[in-house]
Amino acid sequence: MTKRTIVPIGPYHALQEEPEFFKLHVEGEKVVHLDIELGYNHRGIEKLSESKTFEETVFLVERICGICSTSHPLACVQAAEDAGDIPVPERALFIRSMVGELERIHSHLLWLGLAGHFLGFNTIWMWAWRFREDVLNILELITGNRNHYGMMKPGGVRRDIKHTDLPAIASLSEGLKDPIKMFRDAVVQDPLIHARTKGVGILTREMAIAYGALGPTARASNYAIDVRRDHPHAAYDKVDWDVVTCENGDVFDKAVVRILEMFESIRIIEQCIEQLKKIGGPVDSDPKFVAAGEGIGHYEAPRGEVFHYIRSDGSNRPIRHKVRAPSFMNVPTNRETVIGATVADATIILAAVDPCYCCTERMAVAVDSSSGERMLDARDLIRLSCEKTDRLVADSGLQGPSLPIER
Amino acid sequence: MNGNMVIVEFLLFPGLLFTAIAGLLTAWVDRKVTAMVQMRVGPPLLQPFHDIRKLFVKETCVPEGGAIGLFLLAPLLGLAAVALASMILWRALLDVEATFVGDLIVLIYLFVMPALGVMLGSFASRNPLASIGGSREVKLMIAYELPMVLAILVPVIQAGSIRLGDLLTAQPPILSVSGVLALLVSIACMQAKLTIVPFDMPEAETELSGGALIEYSGPPLAMFKLTRAMMLFTLPILLLVLFFGGLLTGPVWQRWVIGFLVWFVLVAITIVLRNTTPRVRIDQAVRFFWGPVSVVALVAVVLAWAGW
Repeated sequence: MTKRTIVPIGPYHALQEEPEFFKLHVEGEKVVHLDIELGYNHRGIEKLSESKTFEETVFLVERICGICSTSHPLACVQAAEDAGDIPVPERALFIRSMVGELERIHSHLLWLGLAGHFLGFNTIWMWAWRFREDVLNILELITGNRNHYGMMKPGGVRRDIKHTDLPAIASLSEGLKDPIKMFRDAVVQDPLIHARTKGVGILTREMAIAYGALGPTARASNYAIDVRRDHPHAAYDKVDWDVVTCENGDVFDKAVVRILEMFESIRIIEQCIEQLKKIGGPVDSDPKFVAAGEGIGHYEAPRGEVFHYIRSDGSNRPIRHKVRAPSFMNVPTNRETVIGATVADATIILAAVDPCYCCTERMAVAVDSSSGERMLDARDLIRLSCEKTDRLVADSGLQGPSLPIER
Repeated sequence: MNGNMVIVEFLLFPGLLFTAIAGLLTAWVDRKVTAMVQMRVGPPLLQPFHDIRKLFVKETCVPEGGAIGLFLLAPLLGLAAVALASMILWRALLDVEATFVGDLIVLIYLFVMPALGVMLGSFASRNPLASIGGSREVKLMIAYELPMVLAILVPVIQAGSIRLGDLLTAQPPILSVSGVLALLVSIACMQAKLTIVPFDMPEAETELSGGALIEYSGPPLAMFKLTRAMMLFTLPILLLVLFFGGLLTGPVWQRWVIGFLVWFVLVAITIVLRNTTPRVRIDQAVRFFWGPVSVVALVAVVLAWAGW
């Protein structure tokens, strides 16, 4: 069988919970070419943001992604603080880091469960999501919400953590260690998981750098990039933790990196709790405006560095807000890793970068590769739509609407 | 026995209707135990029946440009074959004398039919994902049939007969080394025959979104699901007859209790395997069955020959 066929993964597919389209060109079971088509879910967040005040913007970017619902707001408020030179109380920094790390644990557990599901290992899926509930409970204790926390604001956080709650939170996060250890052992020792993931979808260090891979995708390829360490923010320079890396860059290593990172996250949370016991004071500097200027905000989201840029003209709204999510850099690495693999491996490789499409979405423009001209613009789409209506009218024999649009 | 009785036996007991009900109950056991392993609550007892009933009242969509006749007949093939296989097995269990020479050979052929049905259906549905699923099913079948037949040879050699009645009255093979090896091989092959994890790559929901069955809907899909459930009920009975046949002695209640316990253990092994392994790739499965499994099966046959 050397006939080339296309195995579509998407636009709606059991593998991914979001609309995206991977066209696997296969010969037999072997993938020989990959087309990545995104842009099904473009929501115009950046433009929307320009019509919101700085406080509202945080709530807007929180809804970019349901999983990174602390990463985007945190990067966004840091950008606003950078632009307006807004001070942040120290206590707020620790609360920010704590919520961020809890989010990382729940996101990694979510990925682990999905990865198990993609391998047909549904027990891992159910167990990982069962223990993820515990993390969400802690988050609910701290923020009042399971997923969209509404914690961040320029100048601090919205809710303080009561001193009396700290021991309970500490013991809850201690309780996360055993399940995570169990998952670590299950992955590291299971020979069948080795058979399915070791040496599969290798992204070399050179290629990780060339593609600009971020987060666990890069760290699994022994490329120690972590914006928490490289560009300290929140409380990450005040606590002791390590950047986890692996050697080979295959799917197995990507899983191991994420599992080990959860232990680091628990370490950070424990230190934050200790610090919060000592540090008092306000959690919000309550800025009244963001001075004119521009600022950038980084945050190491569970998938890699999320980047926000904000320009302020001294009014209460950003005049430019730019967002770049980590999947935007990580998804293209699939071209390196999927081609040459079999269809069976392709699915787990595609999932191994932990893609998040709603974060990544950009408006898609079809461009003729030879002439460089746009193939379809808005006028063309309206024309096509009108032609179809005309065709329907002609076929049905009805009068139909009169279309006053210039064609 | 006259012809009418055979038809009644085929359609009601112990054929189609009985096997379907028992199969769906087994499917419930599978789902409930799976749920318990996964820390879930699991479905109520009648859920599999509701699922099948609902599928039967749904619309049947046929793919454009597919071979429609074959597409619709393929599910019937497997269903009829499993019902017939179950009938032959149960008649042997109920009355040792009611068997005929060579019924084991017939059974081996009948148990190939469901996989054949899936293959025909997938290739008739003219869908790239279905044809990948179908080709995986072919490869998988080629892989597991060899060790399966070798494993079945062990009880045959020990009893010196290819008649189920003789296997049921002979010394049970499970008490010998070769019998234990052959049973292990058969359990691996059973997992593949049932196409459940780790050998569910013909369907592989997350890779091929249903693969071989992707174009099926309504009653034909219900028939495939029913066939799958009936296989889950019937295949452990085949292993029970082959390897534990001679244990089924004594008063009637004792035979039923022993039989049920062994059957349940075999089903439980299947369910536990399915919940503690990831799906393997098709090349890994073929290597597994033609490599270690076939070698073990061959060793078992040689040992059986030597009287071990």
